[in-house]
Amino acid sequence: MKQQIIDSKANPGASGEADDCLFEYLHAELVNYVLSRSSNAAEGEEELSRLEWMGFSVGYRIIERLTREWSRFKDELDMIKFICTDFWSSLYHKQIDNLRTNHHGVYVLQDNAFRLLDKVGTSNSKQYLKESPRLLAFTCGLLRGSLANLGIISTVTAETTTLPSCKFHVQVQKI
Amino acid sequence: MSRTGTKLDAKKVSSELFTLTYGALVAQLLQDYENAEDVNKQLERMGYNIGIRLIEDFLARTGSGRCYDFRDTAEKIQSAFKIFLGITPSITNWSPAGDEFSLCFETNPLTEFVELPDNYTNLKYCNILPGVLRGACEMVQMEVACWFVQDQLKNDNVTELRVKFVKRLEDAIPAGED
Repeated sequence: MKQQIIDSKANPGASGEADDCLFEYLHAELVNYVLSRSSNAAEGEEELSRLEWMGFSVGYRIIERLTREWSRFKDELDMIKFICTDFWSSLYHKQIDNLRTNHHGVYVLQDNAFRLLDKVGTSNSKQYLKESPRLLAFTCGLLRGSLANLGIISTVTAETTTLPSCKFHVQVQKI
Repeated sequence: MSRTGTKLDAKKVSSELFTLTYGALVAQLLQDYENAEDVNKQLERMGYNIGIRLIEDFLARTGSGRCYDFRDTAEKIQSAFKIFLGITPSITNWSPAGDEFSLCFETNPLTEFVELPDNYTNLKYCNILPGVLRGACEMVQMEVACWFVQDQLKNDNVTELRVKFVKRLEDAIPAGED
């Protein structure tokens, strides 16, 4: 922590930089808010589309800033690789652990210790498994929004079987 | 295709992620509630929820003890802004009684990419901050009131957040032991 304070003193010209935990708390409040708004929730089905949409708009904007000084991507796979490495590690402090694709527009991104789930359940804990989709909807939207601004229209879903690992399925829509 | 020289700055990115996420939240709230006043209230409440948790992070990181007086509190709040948002607001405009002060922000990461449209003059865009302060202070047994008196988004030169000490909260008696 001390290191960070010194760092930000080193370049006073730069505007403020938010600490990581703020995003986590803010995200928790987003989830809270969305749950409080979704009234007619059917059994086991929660209305998380607002969360997904917020993620989409954040992803759409942030990717534009991140790739501003980036060289042009070669193809779809190149973009997905960028998402898995630089993009993911900047946002969530680690790279995607495993990327699989069928080369026909389906990509599976696996993160073995996803940051937003990391503090929820330790390995093999089933306690909060049912609630985990709440914590993933925003990031699904984030992925979809980022890809959308790179020119890839897709649907993104997430699945978890054991916390804190999760898989994001990206299905590219062919036009 | 070499990509040397272009590397993402993780700290900057996560700060932008925070800023943009907050923006998306405000946009969503404006869509859900017609009334800007309701949005302000909702933001304040979310801030409160964040504050009551954030104080733990603050105490754990700084190891600071109880505040001697309200001036001490002001300095600690200032250092919290440094730690969490990377900005140092200046403490000014003490009331003669010493129970009110202002935090002046030259820059504010929350409003980095923001312009307020004309029809949202009632919206207090950063209203999450007063909530955070209120929640955090409540957890250390201080009731404070917080509000914005100036806002850069409304063409003021600085953003000024006024903080007023209301009262000391006493330790509550555990339920059933009165």
